[in-house]
Amino acid sequence: MVESLKLVDSVQAINWNRIQDDKDVEVWNRLVNNFWLPEKVPLSNDVQSWATLTPQEQQLTMRVFTGLTLLDTIQGTVGAISLIPDALTPHEEAVYTNIAFMESVHAKSYSSIFSTLASTPEIDDAFRWSVENENLQKKAQIVMEYYQGDDPLKRKVASTLLESFLFYSGFYLPMYWSSRAKLTNTADLIRLIIRDEAVHGYYIGYKFQKGLELVSEEKRQEIKDYTFSLLFELYENEVKYTADLYDQVGLTEDVKKFLMYNANKALMNLGYEPLFPKDSTDVNPAILSALSPNADENHDFFSGSGSSYVIGKAVNTEDEDWDF
Amino acid sequence: MSRLVYFSSVSGNTHRFVEKLRAAHPGLDASRIPLKTKEDSLSVVDPYVLVLPTYGGGNGRGAVPKQVITFLNDQQNRSLIRGVIAAGNTNFGEAYCLAGDIVAQKCGVPFLYKLELFGTPDDVAAVSTGLDEFWRLHP
Repeated sequence: MVESLKLVDSVQAINWNRIQDDKDVEVWNRLVNNFWLPEKVPLSNDVQSWATLTPQEQQLTMRVFTGLTLLDTIQGTVGAISLIPDALTPHEEAVYTNIAFMESVHAKSYSSIFSTLASTPEIDDAFRWSVENENLQKKAQIVMEYYQGDDPLKRKVASTLLESFLFYSGFYLPMYWSSRAKLTNTADLIRLIIRDEAVHGYYIGYKFQKGLELVSEEKRQEIKDYTFSLLFELYENEVKYTADLYDQVGLTEDVKKFLMYNANKALMNLGYEPLFPKDSTDVNPAILSALSPNADENHDFFSGSGSSYVIGKAVNTEDEDWDF
Repeated sequence: MSRLVYFSSVSGNTHRFVEKLRAAHPGLDASRIPLKTKEDSLSVVDPYVLVLPTYGGGNGRGAVPKQVITFLNDQQNRSLIRGVIAAGNTNFGEAYCLAGDIVAQKCGVPFLYKLELFGTPDDVAAVSTGLDEFWRLHP
């Protein structure tokens, strides 16, 4: 059965001098300022480090990256595009085209990593694995179903969960290697992807909340129930996928905490309260600091751990707006 | 008595955190820096802790919202700041809560707490208790 192609009903010349929602401009500018290409990251400096991984660790890394490639491909070719016809402003449509393009950059950047580090048969093997792994395929299938469905709010929920939750079983591994001073250039590239996905999840979640304001209380409740049941469905599958990948290296439990931590943030991007309690989201500090050097515990001045805190570490700010 | 000054964009994450603090802490006096700088400005007369989100990500430029810069450019407002709390997202890497680092450095006040998005219940509890203690020690 061929479904008819859904496109925006009518298009007018976009006027960036008449803005309905300042968030569109802010996010557009942020995305443009964050623009990058994989060619700028010196991945070849990781060749020596790659050679120190065991064959099993190399295979795990390749598989993780093909899984991430699949998600970025979906988001670039279907996910972000599917949001365009539902946009509330023309500038929102433009932001989605930017998001879609960057997802294709992300998908391509994994191929840059592969071609730098691995042989063609190894690359082909990893892609074959991604096609054959049931749980990875199921994750893709669940999200694709919602993108093809007819509810704009549900599409945004699926998209935000993909951007802010589904990537993280994969993102864990390069952060883990980075915390052990391995594949550090690859980790730099992945951090650029993570930064982009964070803006995408924030923006789509924000537009979701704007959309919710326009519907009845009853519909809002339906969407909330739907969001949590989709999250549980995806989470359950994600735990199996995580076990497929990480059981062999004994990291599954550590990855699950990272999943729950990110699931909470995905919910918050959608405006919902976090679901998983503190003791199931206490991510390994080595992973957190690989993600963000500012994420250490020293910044809780209140708990007394602030004793080591230095007021104002050197920060480079050249904003011309400051008067002092 | 805790006094907060905060900024929140239209997405409202920081506002939501402050609302949760207010619910946990009925005596909380919180003033919001206006979104549109061209409209009215906020002038404070009592010491306060500033709560703000981090914008941007990456190169440090634009991390502090313009409205907050305008507010702090006012000498009296600046002289009354006693501490800063920042919201952000660890996924922004080095830029996580960078606005808090910048304001703490420029104003010479302690960076009290970092939280993600609109904060977890644990963040609300920690900041609520922490602020009471902070104002007791720095009346």
